[in-house]
Amino acid sequence: MSTLKPEINSRDHIQGDDSASVTIVEFGDYQCPYCGNAYPIMKEIEETFGHQIRFIFRHFPLANAHEFAFPAAIAAEAAGLQDKFWEMHDALFENQYRLNGELFDELAETIGLDLEQFQQDCTSEEIKSKIENDFDSGVRSGVNGTPSFYVNGTKFDGGATDLYQMLKESAE
Amino acid sequence: MLEKGAIAPDFELNATPDQKIKLKDFKGKNVILAFYPADWSPVCSDQMALYNEMLKYFNKYDAQIFGVSVDSVWCHLAFEENRKLHFPLLADFEPKGAVSKAYGVYDEELGESKRALFVIDKEGKIAWSYLSPIAVNPGADGILEALEELDKK
Repeated sequence: MSTLKPEINSRDHIQGDDSASVTIVEFGDYQCPYCGNAYPIMKEIEETFGHQIRFIFRHFPLANAHEFAFPAAIAAEAAGLQDKFWEMHDALFENQYRLNGELFDELAETIGLDLEQFQQDCTSEEIKSKIENDFDSGVRSGVNGTPSFYVNGTKFDGGATDLYQMLKESAE
Repeated sequence: MLEKGAIAPDFELNATPDQKIKLKDFKGKNVILAFYPADWSPVCSDQMALYNEMLKYFNKYDAQIFGVSVDSVWCHLAFEENRKLHFPLLADFEPKGAVSKAYGVYDEELGESKRALFVIDKEGKIAWSYLSPIAVNPGADGILEALEELDKK
């Protein structure tokens, strides 16, 4: 059974309560259509189960297959430096259908980032290595495609819909 | 299926219509063989896409990866081009499945290779092997662990 390596840490983007009983980690790619489909379901999971859920997103860009996957991950991290990682994360998935190289600045403005700072941060080596570290974590945790989910540190064998179903059943 | 410690059977397979790959030419390098059932089928494609992203990891461990299936070179070429794969796919095409059989990973019923991974060390010995359920993409964590283990030696 594959487990999450390394465990959740201070470099992670975390949504929800630390006291939550279920921690979900998604390894995702902003250009991957399956991740795009999983996005609204993850939102629904967070809404339905509220405080019980803690959600973490790690980057797993398939850069050869998806030309905008890595730049999109950079945009999310750069927004993160202005404390708006999740705003950019949401905006990227909500606009996945029109993802291109010009979209990032537009989204940065929409979510209210300091554009100049954002553009500068997008060239940061530190952000690049953060994304590579996420990818590394995915490889070592046994990610075999995107999205891959981990529930309380163990690889979940299924997609977002299966995850929702599993949580619903265990809540009953 | 051949296991750790066995000598990896030598082979000579086409990577392109006019390029043959001989295993013994890779002595001194680690080799990863990823046998898979068929080009184009969904699980295989994800699996190859994942390895494609990992070439710099394999490089770091001085390892060369080859995909192997019973598809022909022409099919492999189209598949590589479509998926922008940057590593060779070998055609275990004629006699069909001979290399897959030598490694003990041929599915007689389907007439395809099973989904199996081998890490071969620099001396040509199998250092690690893994047979995955046909519908499950085995990921790459096992390969990396095996390469790390070799690196420690």
